Amino acid sequence: MEKKEHIISILVHNKPDVLARIAGILGGKGYNIESLCVNATTQYEISKIVMTTVGTQETVIRIENQLQRLVDVIQVDDLTNVESIHRELILVRLNFTDGKKEQIKKAVETNKWKVIVSADAYVILEITGDQSQIKFALARLAPLGIADITRTGIVALNLEN
Amino acid sequence: MKLKGTEILLKALEEEKVEIIFGYPGGAVLDIYDQLYKSNLKHILVRHEQGAVHAADGYARATGKVGVCLVTSGPGATNTVTGIATANMDSIPLVVFTGQVPTGLIGNDAFQECDITGITRPCTKHNFLVRSIEELAPTIKEAFNIARSGRPGPVLVDLPKNVMAAQTEYDPANIRIRNYEAVYRPAPKKMASFLEMLTAAKKPLIMTGGGVILGKASEQLTRLARKYQIPVTGTLMGLGSFPGSDPLWLGMLGMHGTYYANMAISHCDLLLAVGVRFDDRVTGTIETFAANAKIVQIDIDPSSINKNVAVDLPIIGDTQAVLKDLIKFLDEHNYTYEESARQEWMDQIADWKEKVPLTYCQNGKVIKPQFVIETLHKLTKGDAIITTEVGQHQMWTAQFFPFDKPNTFISSGGLGTMGFGFPAAIGIKCAFPDRQVIDIAGDGSIQMNIQELATAAQYNIAVKVVLLNNEFLGMPRQWQELFYEKRYSFTDMTYAPDFVKLAEAYGVVGLRATKPEEVEPVLKQGLALDKPVLMDFRVSREECVYPMVHPGDSISNMSLGSREMIN
Repeated sequence: MEKKEHIISILVHNKPDVLARIAGILGGKGYNIESLCVNATTQYEISKIVMTTVGTQETVIRIENQLQRLVDVIQVDDLTNVESIHRELILVRLNFTDGKKEQIKKAVETNKWKVIVSADAYVILEITGDQSQIKFALARLAPLGIADITRTGIVALNLEN
Repeated sequence: MKLKGTEILLKALEEEKVEIIFGYPGGAVLDIYDQLYKSNLKHILVRHEQGAVHAADGYARATGKVGVCLVTSGPGATNTVTGIATANMDSIPLVVFTGQVPTGLIGNDAFQECDITGITRPCTKHNFLVRSIEELAPTIKEAFNIARSGRPGPVLVDLPKNVMAAQTEYDPANIRIRNYEAVYRPAPKKMASFLEMLTAAKKPLIMTGGGVILGKASEQLTRLARKYQIPVTGTLMGLGSFPGSDPLWLGMLGMHGTYYANMAISHCDLLLAVGVRFDDRVTGTIETFAANAKIVQIDIDPSSINKNVAVDLPIIGDTQAVLKDLIKFLDEHNYTYEESARQEWMDQIADWKEKVPLTYCQNGKVIKPQFVIETLHKLTKGDAIITTEVGQHQMWTAQFFPFDKPNTFISSGGLGTMGFGFPAAIGIKCAFPDRQVIDIAGDGSIQMNIQELATAAQYNIAVKVVLLNNEFLGMPRQWQELFYEKRYSFTDMTYAPDFVKLAEAYGVVGLRATKPEEVEPVLKQGLALDKPVLMDFRVSREECVYPMVHPGDSISNMSLGSREMIN
């Protein structure tokens, strides 16, 4: 069966070690977490975790079942098979070394990237988009020499409920 | 009225109808032990914390209630880990209370501090660190609820010393906990599919597992099998869930299963698997396991479905409720089976049984371990609760002691924990003082928790240890004989204590049999005594457990020992 990226949304009770439990059960059973994002919901006692993992449909069902066994897990949804919206935010620093300043400025303009810090020696960009947009941006950024980068990982929202 | 944490703990245990706890004191739990001193709650002082957990586990397996233990922080807590993992693998409901250093010291590497919730996270169903006195009563209630509901399991509750000394209002009637376990019933569509599959089947087979015992579904399973004449095989954990004396019973399947059970699995066209998780010791090579069968699996835990074996019809739910619904559905739809086809299937199984029965040869002057087990069965008439350790003696018990009732065969199936059976027997005997409780042990395993002889002697807990002493770690030795050209690397246990003298040193009766004709008199003498007894049977040193499916092989491909390989 075909392996692909799955985005799993997990509602959990906001307990001190809930993240350790989730990371532990997946790691312990040999599943890899590609990205992970934990955030508050409108209710203080409930948190939402959005994680991505790569695997076959079968593997992902096993992951969901393992997660469901955890006492602090309320609900698990695979957002890959439903209509959902995805976003990731990245922060990138590009240094003006090797006479790249002009090249970088041009690329920022062409791609309409958002500059959040503009200094003498570097710029810091904030880029958001879905997986394909981020992939596209990264391809464009690579030749400019990425000095540092931080990614949030995918967040996603189910459009069906 | 305000109560101290220690008082709340004991009141909460009373609220949960806890009759007995197994434990071992230490610095972090001395306040609790001081409260225990003033209480009527029965406490058994073990000699090692691992013994406490196994005793609570045995108690839970035999009674169906939650087993409880209490230990101190640090090493007291870490000593429980093997016991907790044992219970977790076999889905046994336990609540393990561990002491913890005061909350202000947590994380400071204080004396006897360890992160026991961190350590036990992967081997508990759930665990808690109680951070404040207000959390204490609800946490205990939730711990018991989690341990016993759904697919049961062990829950650890870590109790910091200062929390137990603090005070708060305690009102058991007003504790609200969340109910997290969904109740599943089989959908009519699923039952219709089952009926259709069963009607089409010419060679149906039931495979019963530990989930049938945990779900208290033996009666329903037995009714289903008998009413519709479906033969039954079982996993190690399923022994006793269907009467071992019933003609429909084929014995255990798997690596050391009977020839006929493994052949039936390989030839059946419908396999109804109830409360099993298709462990690798049961299935052999997955590709050839029940390769000719449609598989229906009933289990309370969705994560057990399609984990190892692809299933045609999964039915998620409590085994008792699902079987009740299925039986009702079959009755309402007047299910009948084609008698001639069923007879053909039964004849086929009878042929296999005749061709390769379970057997051994008791001749000569050396005691065969199987002979001891058969004699024990004869003398007790099967009316005993049997525990085992892990290894050859465990497999021989599964093969040669037929169990007619659930909760009477108590063994560490999943984790395979040597040293389990003896403390487990102590826990069981505490629950059933009037029943014969016997640990069938090997000489390797018994030495892993031998210190509990002191516990048995102190409280006169009249458990019987039937030690099948071959002066080897028998199962690894068997593998070395078969797969390592008899290079017995560190499995020779000839250097061992004199077990009779050792028992006597602990204040336990020690008996010994060295010849076949001594087996029955020694057993009779030991069983008749109302005190703990260790019986040392010096058995054949290099007896092997057969049949044996070689690891990684199909279960229809069994090695039968002195007989030819029969495929």
